[in-house]
Amino acid sequence: MAEQNAAQVILARNVNKIFNPGSDEQVIALQDINLTVKQGEFISLIGPSGCGKSTLLRLIADLITPTNGELKINDKTPHQARLDRDYGMVFQAATLYDWRTVIKNVQLPLEIMGYPAHVRKTRAQEMLDLVELGKFAKHYPWQLSGGMQQRVAIARALAFEPSLLLMDEPFGALDEFTRERMNMELLRIWTRTGITVIFVTHSIPEAVFLSSRVVVMTPRPGRITQVVDVDLPYPRVFETRELPRYFELITTVREHLREAHGG
Amino acid sequence: MAEISASLPAFTPKSRAQRLREALRYYLPTVLVAFSVLVIWELAVRVLNIQQFLLPRPSAIFEAWFEEFQTFISGGGSILFQASGATLYSAIGGFLLGCGAGVFVALATARWTIISEAMMPFAIAANSVPIIAFAPVTNNWFGLTNPASKMAIVAVIVFFPTMINTVRGLTMVEPRQLELMQSYAARPWKILRALRIPNALPYILSALRVASALSVIGAVVAEFFGGPRATLGVYITQEAAGFNFARAWTGIIMASAIGISFYVVVLLVERWAMPWHVSFRKKS
Ligand SMILES: Nc1ncnc2c1ncn2[C@@H]1O[C@H](COP(=O)(O)OP(=O)(O)OP(=O)(O)O)[C@@H](O)[C@H]1O
Ligand SMILES: [Mg+2]
Repeated sequence: MAEQNAAQVILARNVNKIFNPGSDEQVIALQDINLTVKQGEFISLIGPSGCGKSTLLRLIADLITPTNGELKINDKTPHQARLDRDYGMVFQAATLYDWRTVIKNVQLPLEIMGYPAHVRKTRAQEMLDLVELGKFAKHYPWQLSGGMQQRVAIARALAFEPSLLLMDEPFGALDEFTRERMNMELLRIWTRTGITVIFVTHSIPEAVFLSSRVVVMTPRPGRITQVVDVDLPYPRVFETRELPRYFELITTVREHLREAHGG
Repeated sequence: MAEISASLPAFTPKSRAQRLREALRYYLPTVLVAFSVLVIWELAVRVLNIQQFLLPRPSAIFEAWFEEFQTFISGGGSILFQASGATLYSAIGGFLLGCGAGVFVALATARWTIISEAMMPFAIAANSVPIIAFAPVTNNWFGLTNPASKMAIVAVIVFFPTMINTVRGLTMVEPRQLELMQSYAARPWKILRALRIPNALPYILSALRVASALSVIGAVVAEFFGGPRATLGVYITQEAAGFNFARAWTGIIMASAIGISFYVVVLLVERWAMPWHVSFRKKS
């Protein structure tokens, strides 16, 4: 790894994404996106519905391509990064396969990528234990609650140890209590593995608590209006939520969001 | 989950008597309905004095069947059972050929969506054609008494619904599930194996269920156009022409029994192949 370059996981320069350009249904989903993300950062994307958070994630994942602008993942084109399996993605919906048991779902990427059977088994079980679903390995997805399904999706995204984790509102379906536990869990995984995380959320406190930086976005057209550095101490613990600085940052992010809304 | 585990301590294995009683409660209504239909049928024929060529008594049908059954188990060549065997052979042979070819063609063209999509209108049109009308033609091709002539008709009848359903199952994949595969940079054949084929399984098996019923119908009707004496279609027409209506009805009963058993077998295969499917999930 070339140290000075390897540090830059995502580089976006003047990226635009226009859906159905030229037609009546033309939507400028993203305009002039400039963003650099360094290795090991935890970035939250926050903003009202329709501001292009999922679109930005899907651009990074090479599930769609930018209309123009420059986008680099680990100094490669997004396409090459996808072929190199540089990222794991947790979609807005869990997207588990009905016909596979929970553990077989977690094994899916390992199967596709040709890991040997014994590695698949042990790795998948480890990942399930990590999201506290070790006992549900033999269940089918429909036997789990929505929140549990989402945790399986997280275990699946982590299974092949990608260096970049893209998460689209992974905890949207969880209750407050489970959500806080999963936040701690995610931070633990992040600290332990040094993975880079891009995390979409609608919750300001969650974004502040988890992130090293919070990216505030606005809709129509989708743009980045502010990037807030979160200077809360590590490790983030239960008491972090009681720090005055924590509340200050929440207020800052909230105000940026409100400004963006023109209110 | 909470409800299940909460009810666990109260769980005790059911005794044999208990299970028997439950089975009885489950099947009793069906048995009662069948029994009453037979009784009403029997009474109606006797009281209304219905001519036997219109509708024989169930008891007469049963007598005729039992006679054949006794010859059969005593090893003295029962033509009814021989005919049932022959028809079953044609039906299963045609089923395997036609369904096998249907699934194969769908899989072979799955890689090239354009080809399978181009084929679909023709397949759907062909599926609406009364293929059974070609029975005289296949009789000429393979020979009237050659079981291949019946198998060919059955195979063509079941080929189209199987192929159409398989193509649908392979292509009607949720976009999100496909995106997941893309995010793994999965090769097309891995997508086929890990996503498209499992996705198509319910479609294929429901096609097979339909095909199982169609294949028995196809075989019997194809035999109406002629064939060896020992086939159900020929047996039914000949006995009816000879005014042996109770015996003709034994042929109909055997054809029905074959059709239903075949259907049930496919249903069991379906359960075994996809225990995860919505329709088999336990309610409790
Ligand atoms: N495939 C598509 N075709 C056309 N327009 C699209 C498509 N995907 C997204 N859009 C449009 O792009 C804009 C941004 O959508 P996106 O899904 O990225 O929003 P989001 O920030 O993720 O919203 P949410 O918080 O509700 O998930 C929306 O106006 C949407 O209508
Ligand atoms: Mg979204």
